[in-house]
Amino acid sequence: MAEDLTDRELAVLVRDVSKTFVVPEEQRHTLKERMLHPRKKVNSRTFEALKDISFGVHKGEFFGIAGRNGSGKSTLLKCIAGIYRAQGQIYRVGSISTMIELGVGFNMDLAARDNVLLNGIMLGLSPKEARRQYDEVIDFAELHDFQDLKVKNYSSGMLVRLAFSTAIQVNADVMLVDEILAVGDANFQQKCFDVFNDMRDRGKTIVFVTHDMSALVKFCHRATLLEMGEMVCIGDPQEVADNYLELNFGRTPTGDSKDPDATQRPGDGDARVLEVWVEDETGERKEAVPQESRITLRVRVLFNVQVEHPAVSVYILNDEHKAVSVLNTQIWIEKTGVFEPGEEATFSFTFDNVLAPGRYSPMINLAHRGTGLDTMDQFDSSSTFVVSAVRPTGGLVDLLVDAGVTRGAPQLPAANPVKELNA
Amino acid sequence: MSLATVDVNEAQIAALGDPITGPSAFSGDFMRFWHLTFNIAKTQWKMRFFGSVLGYFWQLMRPLLLFGVLLVFWTVVAQINKAVPGPPGKYYAVQLLGAIVLFTFFQEATQGAVRAVVDSETLVRKIHFPRLAIPLASVMVALFNLVLNLVIELGFAVAMGVTPMWSWFQLPIIVAILVVLTTGVSMILSSLFVYFRDIQPIWEVVCQVLFYASPVLVPAILVQQHLNNPTLMKLYMLNPIAMLLEQFKHAVINHAVSGAAYYGGYGWVAISMVIVVVLLGLGYVIFSRMAPYVAENI
Repeated sequence: MAEDLTDRELAVLVRDVSKTFVVPEEQRHTLKERMLHPRKKVNSRTFEALKDISFGVHKGEFFGIAGRNGSGKSTLLKCIAGIYRAQGQIYRVGSISTMIELGVGFNMDLAARDNVLLNGIMLGLSPKEARRQYDEVIDFAELHDFQDLKVKNYSSGMLVRLAFSTAIQVNADVMLVDEILAVGDANFQQKCFDVFNDMRDRGKTIVFVTHDMSALVKFCHRATLLEMGEMVCIGDPQEVADNYLELNFGRTPTGDSKDPDATQRPGDGDARVLEVWVEDETGERKEAVPQESRITLRVRVLFNVQVEHPAVSVYILNDEHKAVSVLNTQIWIEKTGVFEPGEEATFSFTFDNVLAPGRYSPMINLAHRGTGLDTMDQFDSSSTFVVSAVRPTGGLVDLLVDAGVTRGAPQLPAANPVKELNA
Repeated sequence: MSLATVDVNEAQIAALGDPITGPSAFSGDFMRFWHLTFNIAKTQWKMRFFGSVLGYFWQLMRPLLLFGVLLVFWTVVAQINKAVPGPPGKYYAVQLLGAIVLFTFFQEATQGAVRAVVDSETLVRKIHFPRLAIPLASVMVALFNLVLNLVIELGFAVAMGVTPMWSWFQLPIIVAILVVLTTGVSMILSSLFVYFRDIQPIWEVVCQVLFYASPVLVPAILVQQHLNNPTLMKLYMLNPIAMLLEQFKHAVINHAVSGAAYYGGYGWVAISMVIVVVLLGLGYVIFSRMAPYVAENI
């Protein structure tokens, strides 16, 4: 999908970069405090925000950094920008521009003109360049009629537009962008996207921090995922996005948590469900599975007495505890077999994963042959699984669809001609 | 998906040049640094008296009002001008205003610079730019005011009967040395303030002490009469501010006032100037050491 630019020259190289912050337990900001307790050690702990990060960004590449809150992605961007000093080496080629926050340094009591010029100079333009680009900035922000107004009288939308226009005027070789795409109204947003597309086409190198996986997949050639200051993966944005969603939904009470005690569960106890899990296509157990892949749900059962042809139903409950789908062995296998006391069995259900992205918990009903009401065990698993997808659609399931458009009136099949009323 | 580290060879790394070292006090690009400092200062200066009816005049009014009060007190009540008989006592009012104007510059610039870096927290944390621009902009704002005030001072001097002299050309040198001194002190203060927040009140007190320890109100000749000890007098004049004020009065207003070299000779002037240079160097070193970590320590 994304073209491969990895054989090009490097624009940014990050090698074994770590960043540690010292977090004092109590802030000591005055001389008095230090004079009174000169020997008292300030209790502080170190916080490793980044651990051994290494990656290269090639010229003309749009590189994404994804991660949850507190994963270190903004810290990494600030290290590349040269705002923090990090351990390790960071190499950069060419001029650099950072967009970490919009409108930093805007002075509310000044008119748009003064702010745009000063901000441009802060970002590295010469005063002459800043003046030359001023009209373009104001035009892009669509604020021509308001340029003499103090910015404190601007609406928040106007301010954001002005800030974005100011930030993009710096025509640097490497742009570092932190989560600022979603600004302004729909029309302005489209303009922002156009700007980024245009930059990409002009071969600018962009390092882009985001939570927005659809933007990541849409824009980036490559991406990396950070978690707790470490790189989880690097490569194809789609894979990074899937991993991100897995991280975001997974890692909550999973296998470790206690399933309800078997004796407390409903049913006669002739057989018990031991565990339930989900596997991906390769047969690996997963807590998160991507949408549109083929997945397998397995139920492990231990029989305490001889049981003939037991029926297993799996209720796939979404986070509102609604059964999105019910899988029942009786539909596909009427006679599941005879099991002896002490025997174990695993029941499997393989299906195309069309579930909407979100968290699901399987609830299993294990019953004697028949109506399914003669319950042996009811197992409400606390282990859940997550379906990850790039685009949440809002539906319960996302059907695999071939969409099409045909012009003109539908062609009616010849075998079924319209009945002539007069005939 | 493999967690590949970057596969680069040494030649590729060499082509990338040197690794970046994080934020610096001064980026090495002098023009950028200058434009940045100048424009921050210009904006701050515009902002400071924005919206007040008298506008820039407030900037002039402050030292003038102080001058008026002090002049009335010292000439009418304390009659200090009468204590300096003969030619050195001439133009006491002009001397007083000049000293106030110069000292106000030092005070305003350093007191502005103390908080400057911390008050620009959002900029420091979000934008990469040479950090030194912030305290230097404070000095520059004060310098704009100083220039305006010096125009008033020279006008006042002429109005009081001082004839323009060739030695007025010393004025830029005196101001330049004062700016160097102020810059050095400002760099030290603004970096210390990041770690010790009580530098600000302490410095305000120090400024008060310096005001009375420099020949602003009391002419140096009266100090000498009072101390009656050449060594103490030399130490008094070692204060670069004292030296600059005396030279200013000597060169710009009244040749009868003893100049910088009068009490200790040129050797002591040289020591005083060394102090100025050392403060500048020390300030730069301290600020440079602080600059890379300022964003995370504010």
